[in-house]
Amino acid sequence: MAHTDEVNGDRRDFLYIATGGVGVVTAGAAVWPLVDQMNPSADVQALSSIRVDVSGVAEGTQISVLFLGKPIFIRRRTQAEIEAARAVEVDDLPDGDARNANAEGEPAIDANRALDEAGEWLVMQGVCTHLGCVPLGDGAGDFGGWFCPCHGSHYDTAGRIRRGPAPTNLPIPVATFVEDGIIQLG
Amino acid sequence: MSGIPHDHYEPKTKPEQWLHRRLPVVGLLYDTLMIPTPKNLNWMWIWGIVLVFCLVLQIVTGIILVMHYTPHVDHAFDSVEHIMRNVNAGWAIRYAHQNGASLFFIAVYFHIFRGLFYGSYKAPREITWIIGMLIYLLMMATAFMGYVLPWGQMSFWGATVITGLFGAIPFIGEALQTWLLGGPAVDNATLNRFFSLHYLLPFVIAGLVVVHIWAFHTTGNNNPTGVEVRRGSKEEAEKDTLPFWPYFVIKDLFALAVILAVFWAIVGFMPNYLGHPDNYIEANPLATPAHIVPEWYFLPFYAILRAFDGDVWIVMLSSWLTGGIVDAKFFGVIAMFGAIVVMALAPWLDTSRVRSGRYRPMFRWAFYVLIVDFVVLTWVGALPAEGIYPYIALVGSAYWFAYFLIILPLLGVIEKPLPQPATIEEDFNAAHPEAGETPKKAGASVPSPAE
Repeated sequence: MAHTDEVNGDRRDFLYIATGGVGVVTAGAAVWPLVDQMNPSADVQALSSIRVDVSGVAEGTQISVLFLGKPIFIRRRTQAEIEAARAVEVDDLPDGDARNANAEGEPAIDANRALDEAGEWLVMQGVCTHLGCVPLGDGAGDFGGWFCPCHGSHYDTAGRIRRGPAPTNLPIPVATFVEDGIIQLG
Repeated sequence: MSGIPHDHYEPKTKPEQWLHRRLPVVGLLYDTLMIPTPKNLNWMWIWGIVLVFCLVLQIVTGIILVMHYTPHVDHAFDSVEHIMRNVNAGWAIRYAHQNGASLFFIAVYFHIFRGLFYGSYKAPREITWIIGMLIYLLMMATAFMGYVLPWGQMSFWGATVITGLFGAIPFIGEALQTWLLGGPAVDNATLNRFFSLHYLLPFVIAGLVVVHIWAFHTTGNNNPTGVEVRRGSKEEAEKDTLPFWPYFVIKDLFALAVILAVFWAIVGFMPNYLGHPDNYIEANPLATPAHIVPEWYFLPFYAILRAFDGDVWIVMLSSWLTGGIVDAKFFGVIAMFGAIVVMALAPWLDTSRVRSGRYRPMFRWAFYVLIVDFVVLTWVGALPAEGIYPYIALVGSAYWFAYFLIILPLLGVIEKPLPQPATIEEDFNAAHPEAGETPKKAGASVPSPAE
């Protein structure tokens, strides 16, 4: 009898575990869509790449476009700004990393920040790396670049942090010239 | 249900008996309304009713506002202005809802600090306390999401900053933040889900309120002496208590009327006093307001969040110990939630067996400092993090944690409590000599038993 009971017990244990396991998997499968629906939807993900027409941007001016919900600064720099940015030694910078998605891990020299060889175009995320405010442009701040009004971070003409609480340079998103006057972001 | 002996509902007429045999709902309402309540409750025991009123006010005005509101980034701001200008009495309903949130938080803070002073969290009322803390957390979540709905500048940037807190969690933070927002930044998906949850959570709160009331009806109310109601017999219990209806209902309604006189004056004459002008500018992801401040009721915890920056030694230490995983940003988030967690753990951190702060000479001072600390944190949370303010916030935050983690456990050991009255009746008669048959002096109170 005892022997038979034991066998029954094993069978019963197995059935309990199997039923429980199937139940958990089913419940998980049912709950997952309810959780996953909160992730970015297809139309939001489809916007992860946009094209921007910059043919109308004159030298010494900039435009802001909204990309992935965050402002992107596109500036056509003057010769003076380019020279000012290229004159800086990397050792003098608080953040020595270029923070460029197109040039991962490179030093923060101006050539690694600008979009083109000549250094005319600077494309970067306009979100202060301190607490997410949008910095003011057009030569604002003590380094002729950008200045964040929230907590006083100064960025230079290459968007590199020079003074203030922000820890890193303004990040540069994936960007390329796909044809004349058209920049593709993402 | 209640542990205090009292008369229960007896159905007398035929229809009452017919109903009672099938569904004893009248009996349930009767026992709830006639619950024996300690007769020495003071004016700090009115906030529960004020809170119930607030919940009903917010649900009723909220349901009305939804009839005219459009949850879409292109229309939300305009639809709120439409409510303000075009909908009949829309301005009044929206201002009542907007300021109702502030009244809700004023009342909940009085209610919480009442509980902290009179030891209402102590055994056997821990469950009541924990459920109360859950309600408080849900209130904060609801208020935060509600503030996003008008889609003004503060709505947008407040949502950006607060959801950014979740982004500070190591490893999973970024994915979690994206999941919460439904995209890379605050946008239409965020607005819609916040709207859905802002509508849902008040009903969850209502459910928890029922459990909260159920819990303290089971243990009986605490009272200003912290001494339990005698339960030996009905007669004995009746000497310590009065039925909730009509005695306490009328008292509470009187207090509510006084509070509402002030509340409606604010709604009518200075409805935007507690708001931010920036929220009357439509949300603009391309421009940040110069100074982002949360609503006043979040300021103490916002101050704690900001207090722990990278220059504080404990932050440096934890960053070093964890190899940089717990950085300053994440530490601030832990501190902010931790500030509420330590408060929720008060029943187990407080080692003193004396409930009421009335009979605890040292505790009293620590408690008064905590009140001042709370006010200072509220004040400093609204100011920019410059100059001396971060240090004030740091000292304030340190005291908040010290109160719960050091002072409460320690006082139970080193403090010598004052004598407590033997019964509630004794305390009541001492305060109202004209009411008792045999007026007793305060000196007649019996020293507290073994400490």
